[in-house]
Amino acid sequence: MNLNFTPEQEAFRAEVQEWLADNLSARLADKVRTSKHLTKQDMEEWHAKLNAKGWLANHWPVEHGGPGWDPVQRFIFEHECALAHAPRVVPFGVNMLGPVLLKYGTDEQKAHYLPRILDGTDWWCQGYSEPGAGSDLASLKTAAVREGDHYVVNGQKTWTTLGQHADWIFCLVRTSKEGKPQEGISFLLIDMNTAGIEVRPIYLLDGDHEVNEVWFTDVKVPAENLVGTENMGWTIAKYLLTYERTGIAGVGFSTAALAELKRVVAQTEKADDPLFAARVAKVDIALENMKTTNLRVLAAAAGGGAPGAESSILKVKGTEIRQEINALFLRAMGPQAQPFISEALEDGFNGPETGPDGAAYAAKDYFNNRKLSIFGGSNEIQKNIVSKAMLGM
Amino acid sequence: MDFTPTDDRRMLADTLNRFLTDRYDHDTRMKIAGSEIGWSAELWAEMAELGLIGALFAEDEGGFGGHGFDIALIFEGLGRALVVEPFHGALAARALPADQREEVIAGALIPAFAHSEPGTSFAQDRLRTTVTDGKLSGTKVAVAQAEAAHIFIVSAQDSDGPALFMVNAEHANLTAYPLFDGGRGADVTFDDAPATRLSAPLDTVLNRALLALSAEALGIMERCKDTTVDYLKTRRQFGIPLSKFQALQHRAVDMVTEIEQTRSAVINAAHHLGGPGASKYAAAAKYTAAATGRMISEEAIQLHGGIAMTWEYDLAHAAKRLTMTAQIMGDEDVHLRRFPAL
Ligand SMILES: Cc1cc2nc3c(=O)[nH]c(=O)nc-3n(C[C@H](O)[C@H](O)[C@H](O)COP(=O)(O)OP(=O)(O)OC[C@H]3O[C@@H](n4cnc5c(N)ncnc54)[C@H](O)[C@@H]3O)c2cc1C
Repeated sequence: MNLNFTPEQEAFRAEVQEWLADNLSARLADKVRTSKHLTKQDMEEWHAKLNAKGWLANHWPVEHGGPGWDPVQRFIFEHECALAHAPRVVPFGVNMLGPVLLKYGTDEQKAHYLPRILDGTDWWCQGYSEPGAGSDLASLKTAAVREGDHYVVNGQKTWTTLGQHADWIFCLVRTSKEGKPQEGISFLLIDMNTAGIEVRPIYLLDGDHEVNEVWFTDVKVPAENLVGTENMGWTIAKYLLTYERTGIAGVGFSTAALAELKRVVAQTEKADDPLFAARVAKVDIALENMKTTNLRVLAAAAGGGAPGAESSILKVKGTEIRQEINALFLRAMGPQAQPFISEALEDGFNGPETGPDGAAYAAKDYFNNRKLSIFGGSNEIQKNIVSKAMLGM
Repeated sequence: MDFTPTDDRRMLADTLNRFLTDRYDHDTRMKIAGSEIGWSAELWAEMAELGLIGALFAEDEGGFGGHGFDIALIFEGLGRALVVEPFHGALAARALPADQREEVIAGALIPAFAHSEPGTSFAQDRLRTTVTDGKLSGTKVAVAQAEAAHIFIVSAQDSDGPALFMVNAEHANLTAYPLFDGGRGADVTFDDAPATRLSAPLDTVLNRALLALSAEALGIMERCKDTTVDYLKTRRQFGIPLSKFQALQHRAVDMVTEIEQTRSAVINAAHHLGGPGASKYAAAAKYTAAATGRMISEEAIQLHGGIAMTWEYDLAHAAKRLTMTAQIMGDEDVHLRRFPAL
């Protein structure tokens, strides 16, 4: 057993750090560190930088533009990006649709869509959830009916993250009512500019416009936009759920957030509070443990075993750690978490400062990150998976 | 021993709850809480008329209640309805001279209670606001409804130690803002403001404030729990109501258990208010309410799933307010540390 990274891995880390120092603008890093609203342009700017270096789709095969990294390199990369306060890569095209097309897409689909994901031509969003189909995704109702060379889609998706920016949406749609609900689902790519699509904003509890409803009324979708064969959508969705879940613990984000917490707390009444120090120590220890747990799962995956239910453990514990850091950050602000000046989260805000560093966004971050234990398969659903798949219960 | 409320208090509770149900429904609350001034002068006048302010004071103070149980009852109801009007300021009016207090009870004079400072959310002995020669200087943070206030009841140190002072609003400099949980507040700076020393000891007013906040939190918790249980019974996934999943049933039961404990903590604090155990049980109540409040807010959201993350859904606003009641006037750690010495 040896917990050290190899000299090659350390050299790789240094390369990543150096590149970040040269390419991540102070403006963007500062916005991320202080939880400012990122614009579409901000996210595109960062994607373009990564793409120019060949690091955007870091788990794609080399022939499609990936850098050929192993899981540990990807871990190091994502970790360093988080520590440097780089914007998060918008996952829908690069991390979700990309792998699906690579595995199930036709050559034409790969040739058409993959380069457009990389160069930012197409912004993708994910159309899985529906009002009646959350945890029970297989009960989804949005219907696609084949008529000649196209499908006609009717129904509603919801919770569509950043759908307001999207050019395309990948959807799970119902193509059959025969058999089990899972057996009648297909994976369809839909151009958001098609007639009959309406995007309506959903405002989250912090007032932000982050998610949307997407309504489909007689939307015509060319049949060649089907991925895989008809009614194999569930298999594809399941593949995506087990694919590349090694970053799911968010260890890098937690490490960066914990450092920020320790910095900021010095300005608050919690600076000399032993009870608060104990709370921070507990989450610090949990995070150190989680780093190793995460690396153990990575090592097993690198050795050929696909991470299965282990990634559910990473998700549950990893999100609990992230949420606890947000909770401590909020706690440290005391009453000064109460003022909420939404303009203070925009670039170039010149208004009055209220409270210690971080007071402007402590409450917003805490509440917004309650989503971490709800989406991506809720933590309760993850536990169901672990008890079934790992424990046979 | 008798845990049934008196007839008077039952009537008071009926009046309060009927008014809030009829006149302070969630949409009305959201309009008021998000408005430019962040409260409703009209509803404030009506609530004064109904005696909801008077109930916070004893007869010899010009009111008709004033017992810990009256305060708890009123604030639990206000909590449940997420009321943003300046009741916490009014409650502190116990410290004011009789003339002013009567005006407060009538709804004509609005006080704000200014205690927390940058770096001290609750501490009485670390106040940095000071008074010399009748002039008060210092900064208070997140003062609820400061813009509405005609006078400030301010904690500060003078040569005799910590005490309460009255300052007219014209001598306060406000940096005002909306609050995350609705309504408005301000950081308030005083710079050699003429101040009148009040005779009521600081800790009696603080204990009332802690009781009120704990009771308010309790009302919000009940609301969050009820909404969550109703939702679990109606929302279906996997062909059955969520309430049929045992993992979720147990979580709901944990919520109820902790809320019952909080109710007892509030009853203890109400019982001891004004007596020798007042500070101890007020601290115990705030500790319990803050710790439970965070748990209820997080669990209510989690058990709902995505819908509770939305502005449209009223639980989200209850959860935000509940969390903020934990943040203000000292959180659970602050009061846990005080407790052994009380
Ligand atoms: C901010 C945000 C962004 C999102 N972005 C997207 C997106 O871009 N695209 C997309 O398709 N979806 C997205 N989602 C949707 C997300 O995937 C769903 O919210 C999630 O699947 C949970 O579904 P639900 O909200 O309907 O909750 P429900 O499924 O109704 O669950 C409610 C509660 O019941 C629990 N529960 C449900 N079933 C069981 C069970 N069998 N056993 C025990 N407990 C159970 C859940 O864990 C949860 O606590 C997003 C959600 C949020 C909040």
